[in-house]
Amino acid sequence: MDMTVLLKRVPDLVEDLEVDDSGKALDEDSVSLKLNEFDDHALEEALLLKEGGGGTVTVIALDGEDVDKMLYTALAKGADRALKVMGGDPDGGNQALAGIFVAALDGHGGDLILTGVQAADDRDGQLAPRVGALLGRPCIEVVTEVNPGDGKVTVHKELAGGVVAEYEVDLPAVLGIQAARQTPRYAPVSRVRQIQESATIDTVTSAATEGAGFTVVAMTPPETGEGAQMLDGVDELVKVLDAKGVI
Amino acid sequence: MAEKSSYKTTAERRRTKDQSFVEKEQAVVEGIDISGQWNRMYEPREIQDYDTTYLDKLTDLPGGESMGWCYQCAQCVPACPVDTAGGDYAPRKIFRRLQNGNDFFNHRDLWLCTTCQNCLRVCPKEVDMIQIIPAARALAVLEGNVPDELQEMFQNVAEYGNPMGQSPRKRARWTRKADAAVRVLPKDPAPVEVLWFVGDYYAYHGRGVDAANAMTRVYNRLGVDFGILGADERSDGDSQRLAGEPGLFEELAEHNIAQFRKYQFDKIVVSGPHAYNAIKNEYPKLGGEFPVEHYTQFLSAQMPKLKPLLTRPFTRKVTFHDPCYLGRHNGEYDAPRALLQAVPGIEFTEMYRCKAQGYCCGGGGGGMWLDGYAALHQTERLSENRVKEAVEVGAEVLAVCCPYEVSRFEDAVKSTDNDGKLEVLDIIEILDRCME
Repeated sequence: MDMTVLLKRVPDLVEDLEVDDSGKALDEDSVSLKLNEFDDHALEEALLLKEGGGGTVTVIALDGEDVDKMLYTALAKGADRALKVMGGDPDGGNQALAGIFVAALDGHGGDLILTGVQAADDRDGQLAPRVGALLGRPCIEVVTEVNPGDGKVTVHKELAGGVVAEYEVDLPAVLGIQAARQTPRYAPVSRVRQIQESATIDTVTSAATEGAGFTVVAMTPPETGEGAQMLDGVDELVKVLDAKGVI
Repeated sequence: MAEKSSYKTTAERRRTKDQSFVEKEQAVVEGIDISGQWNRMYEPREIQDYDTTYLDKLTDLPGGESMGWCYQCAQCVPACPVDTAGGDYAPRKIFRRLQNGNDFFNHRDLWLCTTCQNCLRVCPKEVDMIQIIPAARALAVLEGNVPDELQEMFQNVAEYGNPMGQSPRKRARWTRKADAAVRVLPKDPAPVEVLWFVGDYYAYHGRGVDAANAMTRVYNRLGVDFGILGADERSDGDSQRLAGEPGLFEELAEHNIAQFRKYQFDKIVVSGPHAYNAIKNEYPKLGGEFPVEHYTQFLSAQMPKLKPLLTRPFTRKVTFHDPCYLGRHNGEYDAPRALLQAVPGIEFTEMYRCKAQGYCCGGGGGGMWLDGYAALHQTERLSENRVKEAVEVGAEVLAVCCPYEVSRFEDAVKSTDNDGKLEVLDIIEILDRCME
């Protein structure tokens, strides 16, 4: 099974993010970017599928600072090919991003395209279904396990309340991965360095103009509330609820 | 003549899964029926019967050779802190299990060692776990076999340059709350007497920051001309090397060496024994030779200036825990003791296991990030064993000079029900409290 994993970088939340003077974007000086953790799980699931039943894994990401290191790390973990997309402008959210990826893949992408179900900077879960729609492929979201079959895959989809649904999906298909079956693996630095010297990253130019899905009107940090009131025991709780007219 | 014994059938040679034995189906000796398993005699079994794949795999590794030299004298067993903490451990046992075909690379034996070096001290065959363990772990890590908690640490250090996974930009943030000046060299690169290598725990950990603040005050009172690398400093890498990530160690060392080369200084002074070990013994192998001192060495050498400043008495019963990588590994036992002896009013007591025989805190060799893993295979943490000893010798304060140890021992004080009985303090905190 030939698989493609769409990787995206998001602002790292270990930094104190600040809004810039325009009030519409993050201050670039405050931002460092890291691989979206859901995409890391998508890569892990693809690597597990490859190890279990053979096939190839291609990783693809938009060009940017430190993208090479992220792609080399994916190769060190076991991906077979890395593809860097030049010229794609990801502003405009997942509608634009889906168009850029699909154009870069030139309508291909192998039997299975996997990506994170969501990302810290969108939380709209739109990338996988939009890629599926553009390619005319079935798409399943919130996937927690993928098992290969003959011309199809069986996937576990997480539903609310701890319920898991099992789907059979005809290939080719697109999956939005919630979590891999195991913790994403670690790529030892010596291996990443070795890969950096021996492997190459292919580049492809995407001239997709899918149009912006949205424009940012304003961006603000969450408002600070008045703080919590700490209660000593049930009696006090009852008094508060009584005063509020709840009981 | 009465027949004393009767053997009604011929003894059969049989074999269980592991071993051949001789057993008679029916046997009566002096009227007692010892048929079947009761007269079973096992045949001697040669070591060659066992699978030596993993022993060979280990001794073939550069650094792993000395595992094969063990002749089972067992002197290491009582010396091993992990065995003492109920871990069924020590090189003798590891070697025996390897002889029996144990897959060391997928076994707890690979991860429990703290590289404290107490076994090597007593080993007549010089079986060197300090070489064996990192070499074997490096192979296991390359094969993708690494305990989750340790993997998270590797990931954090690879991504952020510190095991906490904190932003590297925030590495000098502790200085904002320092009540004395700290020169950050990247912003003010003029020559400096001391380049203070602050380290991960002093920079990011709550109790470490307390010690970093104390160090800053002591330096300023002593008039030390010092500067730090700030956000350009990375983890020293020693623990990552010992835990099986030599590539990560090299990356960190190369980074730190490049930073050191940017500035003019007389010496590097480090907060932690692991940084001391790395910069003194490992960085030179990568071409980075710098004069380096542990802070206890640096300060004890300034005793004529320091002692008059220690005016406030510290009237407590204090004992001292030797860090493995300052003491056994690098032979420094006197400097921390000289500082403690200079404290006015102090009542100093040694623990039973001290200096070259000092007991390990459990944090070395990556043990700092294998606490949950170790707890599954030991009856207690090494830090708990040590805290009990400190209480037993009547100490009210356990003095340390390794940044890992404050949090380790404070946790152990609580988990051994000694909360309120024993305070854990970095030596620098004690010195700071004695200065007006």
